[in-house]
Amino acid sequence: MQKGQNQMKFLKTLAPAAALIALPSLGLAQEADTTPPMEEVGYILNTFMFLVTGFLVMWMGAGFSMLEAGLVRQKNVTMQLMKNVALFAIAAIMYYLVGYNLMYPGDGWSMDGVIGAFSLTALEPVGLADTETDLTYASVGSDFFFQLMFCATTASIVSGTLAERIKLWPFLIFTVILTGFIYPIEASWKWGGGFLAPGAEGVTDFLDFAGSTVVHSTGGWAALAGALILGPRIGKYKDGRTVPMPGSNLPLATLGTFILWLGWFGFNGGSQLYMDTAANVADISRIFANTNTAAAGGAIAALIVTQLMYKKPDITMVLNGALAGLVSITAEPLTPSLGAATLIGAIGGVIVVFAVPMLDKMKIDDVVGAIPVHLICGIWGTLAVPLTNGDATFAKQLYSIVVVGIFVFVVSAVVWFILKMIFGIRVSEEDEINGLDMSELGMEGYPEFSKG
Amino acid sequence: MQRTRAGVFLPMHNAGSRLPEPKGTKVKLIIATIKPFKLEEVREALTGIGVRGMMVTEIKGFGSQSGHTEIYRGAEYAVNFVPKIKLEIVVAASMADQVVDTITKTAQTGKIGDGKIFVLDVLQAVRVRTGETNADAL
Repeated sequence: MQKGQNQMKFLKTLAPAAALIALPSLGLAQEADTTPPMEEVGYILNTFMFLVTGFLVMWMGAGFSMLEAGLVRQKNVTMQLMKNVALFAIAAIMYYLVGYNLMYPGDGWSMDGVIGAFSLTALEPVGLADTETDLTYASVGSDFFFQLMFCATTASIVSGTLAERIKLWPFLIFTVILTGFIYPIEASWKWGGGFLAPGAEGVTDFLDFAGSTVVHSTGGWAALAGALILGPRIGKYKDGRTVPMPGSNLPLATLGTFILWLGWFGFNGGSQLYMDTAANVADISRIFANTNTAAAGGAIAALIVTQLMYKKPDITMVLNGALAGLVSITAEPLTPSLGAATLIGAIGGVIVVFAVPMLDKMKIDDVVGAIPVHLICGIWGTLAVPLTNGDATFAKQLYSIVVVGIFVFVVSAVVWFILKMIFGIRVSEEDEINGLDMSELGMEGYPEFSKG
Repeated sequence: MQRTRAGVFLPMHNAGSRLPEPKGTKVKLIIATIKPFKLEEVREALTGIGVRGMMVTEIKGFGSQSGHTEIYRGAEYAVNFVPKIKLEIVVAASMADQVVDTITKTAQTGKIGDGKIFVLDVLQAVRVRTGETNADAL
């Protein structure tokens, strides 16, 4: 997340100037100090901020689990829970084994600006013994912990789209490759100082604050590649019509959405990366408020549009709308005003309501609406950055969306295709109709409920 | 007598010869389908005119209201069977018209789908506890 670092440099050069301007008014008002009060205090606050926002993002794993468990049918609930907990654990381990240093290689690029370093993650020694610690940032442990949660989020996006028909183990193998390689490599281009990072030599000024493209679209592209190769669920598209397959538990889906909404404050707020000055902490507050209002805008937009289009508002679309607002604001949650953030989120909410039936027309079966929410609104959010941030341009945003999109989509498609050739990625027709809970796991989410 | 596989002898069920001749006033069965939200109102009105029991079943079906369509995530689907409540009420024959009348008045909304009422003759009614028959059994 290069942005925060650049901003720091900017703030440091600005500080003396601000002090000069402030001189005449001294005594009238307390001017914001934009330098850290004390280096070690700054280090402590940065680190503490990463730990708190990191566990907020971790909690999004619960949000995805509940949202997906609620939107699949009763016969596939346990499998959805299994995939979500397994993919989170896989992401955690793969990020330690390869992901972190592949994404943040420092000077150790294997291929300059494109492929990072291959090595295990190592933390600081206990008690920072015998080390020269750079106190201008945060501890490696907190940074690793925070960044790994983003990696897990990317993988969570994929499981919802492919629900109700994909085999467990091929899905988990894909997760290993996504979290160990695909995500860290493309994320290094932007956040690890690679060829999409602003300021790097001969490079674009691609701005993606917390990852509309780097995280959400990436998950969306991987999901889209999977959905195309996997095919729709049996009976989903019949005689040119879309057959609805209503979710089993809308209270859980709603709970999941609220958990994601909460976790997103960590996702976007923590991406400020610094909480060592008054200016940074004020920026984090701005981000929290903007993130919240974008989700509200998305939910209200979906509520109104579904009421107008379908005569009855659709709760699943309103849930998707809130998430669409969150994804849309993720590329730039800092610079918009509250009004602009609400509108950016609201447009995301409208996009979702039209994108869900559009995908159905194309016979791309996305069980929970992850492609409209994460991929399409991720693109929208990335393109919306220049609207409120003068440092970004549409051309460079678009270029980066295309580069990341092609890489993730092509590599994911190849991996899905190889998995299909070797193991087959889809359960048998009979297993799919009986439900993955009994056929793949032999246990049910709600064993005492009647079969509806 | 009929021999089962386990070798136990069971009395053969022979309805005609064993039933006692029904005594007492004839009774009628009224089957009514109504809109579910009208159930409580209909129950109150019927107990008000002296009906002492009824059977209630949640059912699905279609009539002239037939089905309707709903939309889930932008995809239309047909709801072919509409939820209804089925009442089965057995009363003395003389009371049947009054019951039908009461149900018609209370269950009516004037919109399509209000339901149907059927009246049938009952051959026999028996109270299990005492063996009383027909109107005495109610």
